[in-house]
Amino acid sequence: MSNQHVVVIFPHPDDESFGASGTISKFRAEGIPVTYLCGTLGEMGRNMGSPVFANRETLSSYRKQELTEAARRLDIDVELLGYRDKTLEFEPREEVADYLLKRLKALQPSLVITHYPGYAVHPDHDALAAAAVSAVGQMDESLRPEVWMHAISNHHEEDLGEPDYILDIEPYWEQKLAAIQAHLSQADGMMSLIDNHDKKSEQTARLKLERFYKWKFT
Amino acid sequence: MKAIEQTVVQEKINELANQDVYVHLETTNGAYASHFDEKAYNVGAFIRNAHVSYQHGKIVSTGGSYRVGLKLDLGWVYAEGVTDFEIDDKGRLLMAGHDREGRLMVALEISETPFSHEADVHE
Repeated sequence: MSNQHVVVIFPHPDDESFGASGTISKFRAEGIPVTYLCGTLGEMGRNMGSPVFANRETLSSYRKQELTEAARRLDIDVELLGYRDKTLEFEPREEVADYLLKRLKALQPSLVITHYPGYAVHPDHDALAAAAVSAVGQMDESLRPEVWMHAISNHHEEDLGEPDYILDIEPYWEQKLAAIQAHLSQADGMMSLIDNHDKKSEQTARLKLERFYKWKFT
Repeated sequence: MKAIEQTVVQEKINELANQDVYVHLETTNGAYASHFDEKAYNVGAFIRNAHVSYQHGKIVSTGGSYRVGLKLDLGWVYAEGVTDFEIDDKGRLLMAGHDREGRLMVALEISETPFSHEADVHE
């Protein structure tokens, strides 16, 4: 397990917890370091806490603190990329890729986890993931990490087929729940959606399986 | 934020009239609207740090939520569905409308100084 390092690249504080915290916990349990490159502070989020405690101008401070707490619970490092929520798709793709490439060269990951560009619903997800794939593609083949991609869109399997990796993260469910709950301003809205969902068990089951596609560089 | 107090908000609107101010105006139904409901549309707009001066402004209610209009020399700033407000420690008038679950649907904010633009990484 030496020389392994997982780098997670998502745009919002809480993407790591909802999307990959079971997998992250599994790697941490194996002693593998994990670094989260978080694109923005999610400062344009709609959820303001339940009951509301944040406003548009204070949300970024809350979300930054929440991310710090989630990272503490997951025992991972966080680096902020400093972009602004909702605007990533309007930044020049290659500039974002160059910036990510610099970070990746410094971190030397063995694995990068990001979203699946075009199948990740939120425009920030698609844009940052596309830049991440471009950055990894520019790395020397001998240093190039694997890339695992998280697809979210409703019908992605029709295009992409079965994911390459399906991780049953039941053993790490407590860690995942704790990480999600660290995102106080966001978690209630999301978890109540699940609690009130007529297919609650199906929704919970979905959170207990983390699924990734492996990017194939040609 | 707390529920709109019309007199307090109107006084603050008056106070900020006829000078250079910065406006944040936003409406959103979220990036996931059509993900959770395929019949729904994703709709949103925001403008951050519009640099304007308004001649006068008014907050109006028809029961429930409020509308705010600011008259510019060459146009208007308008928001509907505002329910809550706050005058923060920087003297900015922050107004927003939230849905039943507390999610922000609309925001209108007026400040004498620019709103933060880049993410405040070092804050």
